[in-house]
Amino acid sequence: MSPAPRSPLIPPRPAPARPRAGWSWHHPATRARLWQVLALLGVVTLLGWLVYNTQTNMAARGIQSGWDFLGQTAGFDIGEQPIAFESTDAYWRAFLVGLLNTLRVALAGIVLCTLLGALVGVGRFSRNLPVRALCRGYVELFRNVPLLVQLLVWYLLLVEFLPDTTEAWSWGHSIFLSKSGLVLPFPQQGANGWHWSVPAIDGFAIDGGAALSPEFLAVLAGLTFYTAAFVAEVVRAGIASVPHGQIEAAQSIALSRWQTLRLVTAPQALRVMAPPLTNQYLNLTKNSSLAVAVGYPDLVSIANTSLNQTGRALECIAIVMAVYLTLSLATALLMGRLDRRDRARQEP
Amino acid sequence: MKISRFSLLALALAGMTSAHAGKTIDTIKQRDQISIGISSGVPGFSAADSKGQWTGLDVDVGKAIAAALLGDASKVKWVPLVSQQRFTALQSGEVDVLSRNTSVTLTRDASMGLAFTAVVFYDGQGFMVPAKTKVTSAKQLKGATVCVQSGTTSEKNMTDFSRIHKLNLKPVVFDKFDAANAAYFAGRCQAYTTDASGLASVRAKEAKDSKEHVILTDLISKEPLGPLVRRGDDEWLAVVRWVVHGLVEAEENGITQANVDKLKADTTDPTIGRLLGKTEDTGKLLGLDKEWLVRAIKAVGNYGEIYERNVGEKTPVGLARGKNKLWTDGGLMYALPVR
Repeated sequence: MSPAPRSPLIPPRPAPARPRAGWSWHHPATRARLWQVLALLGVVTLLGWLVYNTQTNMAARGIQSGWDFLGQTAGFDIGEQPIAFESTDAYWRAFLVGLLNTLRVALAGIVLCTLLGALVGVGRFSRNLPVRALCRGYVELFRNVPLLVQLLVWYLLLVEFLPDTTEAWSWGHSIFLSKSGLVLPFPQQGANGWHWSVPAIDGFAIDGGAALSPEFLAVLAGLTFYTAAFVAEVVRAGIASVPHGQIEAAQSIALSRWQTLRLVTAPQALRVMAPPLTNQYLNLTKNSSLAVAVGYPDLVSIANTSLNQTGRALECIAIVMAVYLTLSLATALLMGRLDRRDRARQEP
Repeated sequence: MKISRFSLLALALAGMTSAHAGKTIDTIKQRDQISIGISSGVPGFSAADSKGQWTGLDVDVGKAIAAALLGDASKVKWVPLVSQQRFTALQSGEVDVLSRNTSVTLTRDASMGLAFTAVVFYDGQGFMVPAKTKVTSAKQLKGATVCVQSGTTSEKNMTDFSRIHKLNLKPVVFDKFDAANAAYFAGRCQAYTTDASGLASVRAKEAKDSKEHVILTDLISKEPLGPLVRRGDDEWLAVVRWVVHGLVEAEENGITQANVDKLKADTTDPTIGRLLGKTEDTGKLLGLDKEWLVRAIKAVGNYGEIYERNVGEKTPVGLARGKNKLWTDGGLMYALPVR
C-alpha cells in the first residue's frame, strides 16, 4: 500500500507519559523487570545444569569430547568437492567442503525458485484460463507433497531413466547426460592461460569439464520446485495487496499491462513480499539438510560421517546448528537491509 | 529420521543421570524386558518377517541373552536403529545391548563409552558390481562411483583402499541402508561396498536376479561383528560375553536345541554337565541361575544352528561358514572356556 502522506491536519502523537521516578514494588515496571531477571536466571541455571550433567556423565562413561578432532585427519573421501579435498586433510576442511556444498545448492535454489515462483505467481493473474489453471495446479501439487518425497522422486527419476555412464547421451561430444549426472565444458586455467576443459568418457567415468551430479540435480530440483510454489503464493499475495484503484489509475493514464505491472504493481507488491520471501529463502536453506537422503554430501552428511568416525556427537551437531543459525541470521539481516534500503528510496 | 536423531541426543542428555555402573541387570530384571538395538533390515542378521517378527543372527543372539537372563526369549523390546543412531542409543540407555552387525575398532571401544563383548561373525568389507561390467577384482574399479552407507567403517576402508591402489573411487554416501541399496540397483553407482555378509544379504533381498550381481572376492578389511554394551557395567558385560561364548562352546560339545534336555539328563561328560548346570553352577558367578545356558540353547540353538538357520548356505543369504567355522574345523570361532 502507498505510504500515508504526512498531513498537517493530524497532530503529532503526544509523547508517552514518563514513568514515575522512584523504586516501588507496586510499580508494574519494577515487577516486570523482576520477572525477567528470574526467568533469565532460570534459563541460565537450566542450561548450566544440562552442560554440567552432560559433561559429568560423558566423563563417567569414558566418552571423549572436545574440539581437537577438527584438526585430525578425516580419512574419508567426499564425492563432490567445490574446493580440493583429500582423505588426508583435516576434519575442519571436510566440514568446509560440506558447508560449501550446502551453500552451492542453496544459492542456486534461491535464484531458481525466485524466478520460477515469480513466473507462476504472476501467471495466476493471467487472462488466459489454461495458464491460470496450470499455475494454480502447480502450486497445489508442489506445496502439498512433502519435500522429502519430492527429493526421492527426482532422484529416482534421474538415476532410473538416464543411461549408464558408458552410454551417456551426448550433444556434440561435449555435453554428457547420464546416471553420473550432467557434464558440461568448463573454462579452466591451465599452463597456457584459460582454455575450455571438454569432457570425454574414460573408463567408468567422464573426465574433464564441470559435472553436476544427479544428487546435486535432484536436491536442486526438489528445493526449487517445492519452494517456488510458496514463492508463487507470496508473489500472488503481494500483487493482490496493491489496491485496485492503483491499477485503474495506471490504466487511466494509458499504461500498458506490462507497464502497469512494472511501474505500479511490482514496486508496491515487492515491499509487501520482502519479509515472507525472506522466510522462504531461510526455509530453502534449512531444507537443503534433507539432501543426505539422496546422498548429496552437504554439511549434515559430512557431520553424520564425522560423528560416526569420531564419536563426537555433541560437537558435530553443535557445528551443524551453529552453521544453520548463522546462515539464517545472515540471510535475514541481508534481506532486512535490502528492504530498508528499498523503503528509504521510495519515501524520500 | 533427522528428528529422531536429535531426540536421541536429547535422550542422551536427559537419560544420563538415570543409569549407573552395575545397575543394568537390576534395571532389566525390574522391567522384565531387555531393550536390544538391531538393524532396521539386513536379512539374515535382523529383518522383520511377514508376520512382523524379527529374525536373524543378531536377533537370535539377543534372544539367547533374554532367555539366559529373564528365562524367556520373548521378553525383548527390539529397537531398530540406523547406523548413525546406534551408538547414541546405547550410550543414552535407550538400548541395553547393541546387537547390530557392528564392527569393533579401537576408536569405538576406547573413546565412545562402549564396551565390546565377543565376536559373533567374522566379516570383511567387499564390493558388489553388476555382472555385465565383467569386473573381477576390486582393483579394476578405477574412477568408479561407489555407493556406501554413512556411519560405517566402510567409508574409511574404501578411502584407504582407493588411496593405496590409486583408484580414485568416488563415494556417494547415503544415510540409510535402503537408500544406498536403491541407488545401486538403479545403476547410480558402478559398485556397492559394505561388509561381505551385508552384500550377500542385500543381493538376496533386492536384486531382481541375483546372478546379475557379483560379489568380488577381494576383502579389503577385517570386520569383527559382535554385540556392544555401555562402558562401566562389568557385570552386564560379562553376561552378554559369556552367553555368546556359551553358544559357541555348546556347538563345540555337540549340544543342540534338540538334544539339550536329553543330554542334561543323561550326560556323564563333566564339560557338558558344567555347561548345562548339572554339576557346577556357573550361573551364580554371573548373577544368573544354574540353567542359564540351557535356556539360551533351547531358545535359539547353539552357534552353528543359529548360523545355518539365518545366513547359512541353505538360506537366501547363502554364506558358507568360512572363517566362522569352529577353531577345531579350521575357523576362527574359539569360545573362551565356560568354567
